[in-house]
Order: sequence, then C-alpha cells, then structure tokens
Amino acid sequence: MIVAERKLFDDLYAKASKHKKVLLLGCGTCVTVCMAGGEKEVDILDSQLKLASRERGDDFEVTTHTIVRQCDDEFFDEETSRKIAAADAVITLACGVGVQFCSEKYPEKRVYAGVNTVFYGATVEQGLWEERCAGCGECIVDQFAGICPVARCAKSLMNGPCGGSSNGKCEVDKETDCAWALIVKRMKELGTLEELSEITLPKDWSTSRDGGPRRIVHESLRLDEGTKKEG
Amino acid sequence: MKTKSNIERLLEKGEFVVTSECGPPRGSDAEAVRKKGNLLKGVVDGVNVTDNQTSVVRMSSLSSCIILKEMGFDPIWQLVCRDRNRIAIQSDILGAAALGINNLLCLSGDHQSFGDNPKAKNVYDIDSIQLIYTAKTLRDEGKFLGGDEVKGAPMLFIGAAENPFADPFEIRALRLGKKVKAGAEFIQTQCIYNVEKFSKWMEEVRERGLHEKCAILAGVTPLKSAGMAKYMKKNVPGMDVPDSLIERLSAVPKENQAEEGIKICVEMIQQLKEIEGVRGVHIMAIEWEEKVAEIVKAAGLSPRPSA
Repeated sequence: MIVAERKLFDDLYAKASKHKKVLLLGCGTCVTVCMAGGEKEVDILDSQLKLASRERGDDFEVTTHTIVRQCDDEFFDEETSRKIAAADAVITLACGVGVQFCSEKYPEKRVYAGVNTVFYGATVEQGLWEERCAGCGECIVDQFAGICPVARCAKSLMNGPCGGSSNGKCEVDKETDCAWALIVKRMKELGTLEELSEITLPKDWSTSRDGGPRRIVHESLRLDEGTKKEG
Repeated sequence: MKTKSNIERLLEKGEFVVTSECGPPRGSDAEAVRKKGNLLKGVVDGVNVTDNQTSVVRMSSLSSCIILKEMGFDPIWQLVCRDRNRIAIQSDILGAAALGINNLLCLSGDHQSFGDNPKAKNVYDIDSIQLIYTAKTLRDEGKFLGGDEVKGAPMLFIGAAENPFADPFEIRALRLGKKVKAGAEFIQTQCIYNVEKFSKWMEEVRERGLHEKCAILAGVTPLKSAGMAKYMKKNVPGMDVPDSLIERLSAVPKENQAEEGIKICVEMIQQLKEIEGVRGVHIMAIEWEEKVAEIVKAAGLSPRPSA
C-alpha cells in the first residue's frame, strides 16, 4: 500500500484558517489502512480544527466527507461533488495521487494536501509500517531472495553490502535492518549464497522515475472512442 | 603492465608497496594540498586523494590529484558513486586519464547523512562494483557503458576498497571475488586493528585464490589516544578495535599515548607484512600526515624505490 503520514497540525490549521468553509476529504483505501487519512483521521482533524479555532477566535467552518478511493473517478459521486462545491477549499487526506486527482477533477477549487506521502510499504506490526518497494519498473527481488536492495538499502547497492553494515543494521539508522544482511541470511538458508558471486550489471533506470512520468496502457481494456462518448 | 601507474610497476616487480592518503582541504587553497603533499614526498609510492569523505564537502578529488601530480606524485584518485551518475562518472574517468592520472580507486561513498549536507539527494546510479566494471570496460574493451566506441581508452590502474570487518562476515571474501572479477587489480582495506580477524579473512581470500589475482594492501591508521580508539570502536560502523589495544593505550600516560599509538601501528605493519598475500600497506594517518614518514621508517620500509 501507499503509506503516508499526516502533516503537522499547525501547518494544516494555517491553511484551513485562510478560508471560510473547509472540507476535509478522507480516502478509504491505503491511507485508511496506515491510519493517516481515513474516516477516523478525518474526524480527529475535524475536532482538532474546531477546538483550536474556538480557542484562537478564528471563524471558519469545517465539514467532513470520506470516499472509498480518491484515485478513481467513479467514487467522486454526486454527493461528493456537492460537498466540494459548497466549500471554499478542500484539505484532502489522500496520498499525493488523490490530492492531484481531486485537483484535476475540481480545477476551480483550492485543494491542499493533508498528508505527506512517504513510501510503498507494509504493516510490519501494529503501528509500524516499513518501505518495501521503490516502484523502479523492473522487479529484481527474486535475484535477492525476495528482498529489494533498491528500496531497502540506503545506497541501493546491487552487488553486496557496503562497509557500514554492522550487526545486521544499517549505518544510516541503527533501527533499520541492513538489506544486505537480510539478503545474505536468507540466501544462506536457501543454500543459494554463491549466486551472489555473479556481478549485477548497471540497472536500467529508464523504467523508473528517471524515464519521466510513467503510464501503462492496456489496449484490451480501453473503451473505443464510440463507447467513451456514449459512456 | 597495462598503465603508467607507479604502484602497478612496483607490484609487478614484487616490491612491498606503501601508500598513504591526503584529504583535500575545505576551501580552494592549493597551498593546503601542497603542504600535505610535502609531508609525504619521497615517503610513499602513491597517495590516495579522498572524494568528499564522510560526505563533507571538500576540494574536488581530481583537482587535488592534479596539484599533487604537479609535485611529482602518482596520485590514486578516489571516486565515489554517491554524487555522480554513469554519464558524469565515465566523463570524469576520461578527463582524469587525459590529465595523466594513472590510478583509480572505486568506492560507493559514505552516505550523505553523515556529512554537512544531509538534505542532499544521493545518486547511486551504479554501485562500486559496477564502477569497477565501468572503468574496466572503458579501458579494456574501449567501449562506453552505452556500447559506443571510446576514442582513446583511459589507461587507469583499477583498485577498490574492502572492509574485512564489516558484517555479514561470510559475504566479505565472496564480495572481494566479485570486485576482482569486475576488474579490481589492487585492494586497499579498511584500517586493521584486529590482526587475528584480518588473518582469518586473508585465509578465505587465499582459499579463493584472490591474492594472486589482485594485490592486497593492508590498511592501517595510527591511534592518537585511548580516547580515539574508544571513539572508533563505538562510533565508526564496521570498525573492529580490540579491547586489548584500548587497554594498552590507556595504560600509558596521556602525553605518551600518541607515541604508543605510532608504536602499535609500526608493530601492526610488521605483522601484516608477514601474512601471505599482503602485498603492501596503506597508511591512513587522518590529519596526522606528518607522522607517516616516521612510521614508514620505523617499520623498515624506508627508503622507497625511486619512481
């Protein structure tokens, strides 16, 4: 999932207080799972903003709404459009994709990001999320016993650990596992360690962000021009 | 012999090679480089020039190499993957060769979070082994990574670093083998304080026959005090400083600890020299270059064969 973290309250308050009517728009998918921007977090922010505006004597109205997904056209239904239209500004708690999609759909509306989108990751344990994928466009994890050095090594090294790997931890942060310590351990267990003696040649980054914004086209799924117009 | 490198020539002759290191200044004063150079003149066979070590911005490694070259040194140009993509790396390699640089040491580079610009973006388009491969491809195949022909191949003696003490230990010799396979002809190790563990690593190196395929130069750094030893043990990742060494330094009055540190360093060199497959020593006297001559002499490695 896409993992995000809510922006600091003061930052969001400063944005909200510039307007008369603000809609907090939650997203029911990834940011709900990572507890950054779902219905619950929208309610918390709503209460915080109302409380603070009363204390600080600022006069603005806050309303809330959460939809299933902000990265999909079909969930911006009539009710959502009505609520957005009624507000002067929207603070969306969706990931960066949702913020942009919402802005594209309502170009006349001021749309603010309520969260910082951080990584593609997994829930490792309750209350802990960790990065697992960098979306490089050419998956190589099976070469490394299922552990991605692109996303999980601080230097994205592809031919073994640097000199800073210490007791299984990364030199950059002692809380972080050294990806290469994990790779070596797992390959040893699998009896495939010697496979690492093959040199991994320079990676093709053109499939990654370095090739410019990416798009995927599924011709078989596309609607033909006629159907599009009708739809 | 492939290149005009002084250390390649000496290694081929079977000489025990001595190299040292010079960290460029944090400013544009060429005189600062010459000052350090003067302390090493005639003392060693080659001088490494670090590339923004610990991610602290300094005068460029290549520029400092040129200043040292003008003084008659055969510099060992350090190049890290942190700050350049493959376009800049290949271009700089050509430029360095054009300026008469003969030795290249390929490194990943310290992470930027340790330096004075922790907000910087790192590059790591390629890693250190891919960098070795790049330098070798340019030199021996006469080809760029993109496949085009190089007009005038850069004749550099290619080296790499290795830390025998970093974890996981079981991958270290294998990874050295990979560096050799990629094209590394000499290896300078991280500073050694634990000779026993280093010997164990060398055993694995010999088992894989790597000592015959590349020249291993054992790294040493003289300790200035018990405090420095403790600091390195605790704070430098992948550094193995045995307690017995700290105790030995602590047992000496503070004002004599530096002298004791030099003595330890000299003893260490003498022990390392006896290990089969060690072809030289790399003395990294961090901001203590004035002591290198004394160490080399005390270790019985003076005078150096003429260039």
